[in-house]
Amino acid sequence: MLIYLLKRLLTTVPVMLLVGLFVFSLLFVVPGDPAAMIAGDQASIADIARIRASLGLDRPFPVQFWNWLWRLAHGDLGQSIFSDQPVTMLIGQRVGPTLSLMGMTMLVSVGLAVPMGVIAAWKAGSLIDRFLMALAVLGFSLPVFVVGYMLAYVFALNLDWLPVQGYVPMDDGLWPWLSRLILPSASLGCVYVALIARITRATMLEVLTQDYVRTARAKGLGSASILMIHALKNASVPIVTVIGLGIALLIGGTVVTESVFAIPGLGRLTIDAILHRDYPVIQGVVLLCSGTYVLINLLIDLCYNLLDPRIRY
Amino acid sequence: MDRRQFLKMSAVAAGGTAAFSIPRLARADSTRILRFVPYADIAIVDPVWTTAYTTRTHALLVFDTLFGLDDNLTAQPQMVEGFTVENDGKLWTLTLRSGLLFHDGSKVLARDCVASIKRWGVRDAFGQALMAATDEITAKDDRTIVFRLKKPFPMLPDALARPSAMVAAMMPERLAMTDPFKQITEVVGSGPFRYLTEERVAGARHVYARHEGYAPRGSGAASFTAGPKVTYFDRVEFQVIPDAATAVAALQTGSVDWVEAPMIDLLPTLRKSKDITVEIKDHNGMVAQLAMNHTQAPFNNPAIRRIILKAVNQVDCMTAVAGSEKDLWSANFGFYSATSPMRSGEGLAAIAGPKNTDALKKELAAAGYKGERVVMLAAQDVPRISAVCEVVAEMFRNLGINLDFVASDWGTVIQRRTNRRSVDEGGWSCFVTYWSGLDMATPATNSALRANGEKASPGWPSSPALESLRERWLDAKTLEEQKKVAGEIQLQAVQDVPFVPAGQYFQPTAYRRNLTGMLNGFALFTNLKKA
Repeated sequence: MLIYLLKRLLTTVPVMLLVGLFVFSLLFVVPGDPAAMIAGDQASIADIARIRASLGLDRPFPVQFWNWLWRLAHGDLGQSIFSDQPVTMLIGQRVGPTLSLMGMTMLVSVGLAVPMGVIAAWKAGSLIDRFLMALAVLGFSLPVFVVGYMLAYVFALNLDWLPVQGYVPMDDGLWPWLSRLILPSASLGCVYVALIARITRATMLEVLTQDYVRTARAKGLGSASILMIHALKNASVPIVTVIGLGIALLIGGTVVTESVFAIPGLGRLTIDAILHRDYPVIQGVVLLCSGTYVLINLLIDLCYNLLDPRIRY
Repeated sequence: MDRRQFLKMSAVAAGGTAAFSIPRLARADSTRILRFVPYADIAIVDPVWTTAYTTRTHALLVFDTLFGLDDNLTAQPQMVEGFTVENDGKLWTLTLRSGLLFHDGSKVLARDCVASIKRWGVRDAFGQALMAATDEITAKDDRTIVFRLKKPFPMLPDALARPSAMVAAMMPERLAMTDPFKQITEVVGSGPFRYLTEERVAGARHVYARHEGYAPRGSGAASFTAGPKVTYFDRVEFQVIPDAATAVAALQTGSVDWVEAPMIDLLPTLRKSKDITVEIKDHNGMVAQLAMNHTQAPFNNPAIRRIILKAVNQVDCMTAVAGSEKDLWSANFGFYSATSPMRSGEGLAAIAGPKNTDALKKELAAAGYKGERVVMLAAQDVPRISAVCEVVAEMFRNLGINLDFVASDWGTVIQRRTNRRSVDEGGWSCFVTYWSGLDMATPATNSALRANGEKASPGWPSSPALESLRERWLDAKTLEEQKKVAGEIQLQAVQDVPFVPAGQYFQPTAYRRNLTGMLNGFALFTNLKKA
């Protein structure tokens, strides 16, 4: 197992290098010039060239790429062109809010979706099943920002139960932290609830037709114990896969939610960096996201082993 | 790995995330804290490195200026106690007020100001004009700044006062010695508020604390950036809220005190609230303009530019930007903002006349338009720009112009507009941008009116006549003389068409009713109180 883990971790190195090269090259190809953005409307072309030179952006591609790689090898992602702050610090500031949002979203999604899927499968074809699946379709169909605005309108503006925007760290108190995450998590979670519920239902339906379930029923076991102990555990591999992929997809999904609820997370950092052409920040965030994606996939693979003892590495 | 090991590792990983957190906000009495939503983030904190207007707002909190500008746009001494003018206007001696302190506790000295002026003078258009007229600036002693000029420059206080895109911000000499094309590494000024770098979350939050050592002017009335700058807040927190609806909702629920630029579509909702005031404080507004590439066909032909000047309908452009509420915009004015003391009726018929498409089409053909492709760079991520782009594009199509409407983001527009080659080689023909009405108010600060070829802003208009008239305006000794020359400049501009004015709109601001004493102009934080 340990050897497998080490091998998998080692394979991430060339993947990350390729990602780095791709992201670095992409930024040279796409239009945009941070020096021109900084210089503004008053600036002449000569002024822009001087700013570009002062930022080191006039150097040839291989030189810039090598410098970036060398710094990266030393754990330095560089400085933001605009704020002049270290990219590691900017990312560090933003990781907390994004992780909180993602964690809360997945908690809510899994907590709602798995029971929904199990019940729908158990009552397949009934009104309850149809109602739950209709909810799932609605969750898929409504864009995150629409749900966000609706929730904010009802629970923040009209009922004044929850704050409409912002983020405070958990150190400032559990309720202040939690209260600012409820609406964003609910709006972001809709899609994931729908996705996980549908997968859970489909997998459970398949498992419930297996011989061992019939045997369990014949033995006189109750529905709850058949569903939760026997069927769900055996249906969990695809569900965990979808949850894992959902976490990876959340990285992108947070962008809109963070903007709507003014949460200073990684999504907003990425958008701002792209709009400003703040290359070091874009490179840093993309590398982080790629690394996270690779690690999540690894964790999913490790989970398979825990859920199904037949899978060995 | 067994289940227990896995759970243990997961717990360690989850605990590790606690190490990442945004800097915490300090707590204080809520009536002494102002929560403000700027229209965009302050991406850059150096007031001389960029022309972004959010940086100007930040600059006027942190840095002080030698002169301030009152509501009538007249320069008044600010850091300066007084000044003398000798030698036929060629020797200016400025004396600093005593007791001025930087945020690091050091005294503001004349040599700090000299270095600051020199750095600003390299980048700012008005500053460049002042530097061109200056032989030498020296610090005679700790409180005396001496300007020895090559020729009289009567607008010297105005240049140092004008809160244009680049503010003549005074900073310690060690920072002011920074290359003007590089950003300063610390934010230390002598203004009424200190910048708390440690609480900054770039793109999301900026915090300012009251500068205990700030000594406001002892006399005069607070007016725009002039007069006593009295602070009533211990902290000013800028919260960047990118979503317009969320910013408005935050104001409605009272989680913020002031939204600088609420979306115009949402104003009716805000006006219904008894807790919120909506009003126009910045009467200089923002001026839209169509910039054209003077070095490439077809806009290298002045006759064609004159037809476009006639064809652009400022009313339509501003209706697209700010709707039918006519208090929110102004149209049919010339090359200065509609609210400028320099505004002139000279040549206005060419701009405000009837828009007869058939007649204009014929004029276009007669002027020599041969169907050349017109590449319009249309930024879609800035609503006020995209609205004007749509109106102008429709006008181009109606005139039979071969339009290539390139929809992109502002970042792409800014990069592509520096390309001086033909449209087939990635060049461009026109784009829409905005300047503040304050910047457009005089020939000194109206960069779009510059026609010095390669040194001019993208579009690179070249007109020795316009440049010479600008010099005359800078030399003018009285307001009447300035107005006369400003009229002549407008007449010349109607011929050369350095840009096409597309209207001016006035962005209302919205704030909680318990805020009192808000000054006119863009967002200013002195004199302001919270009940």
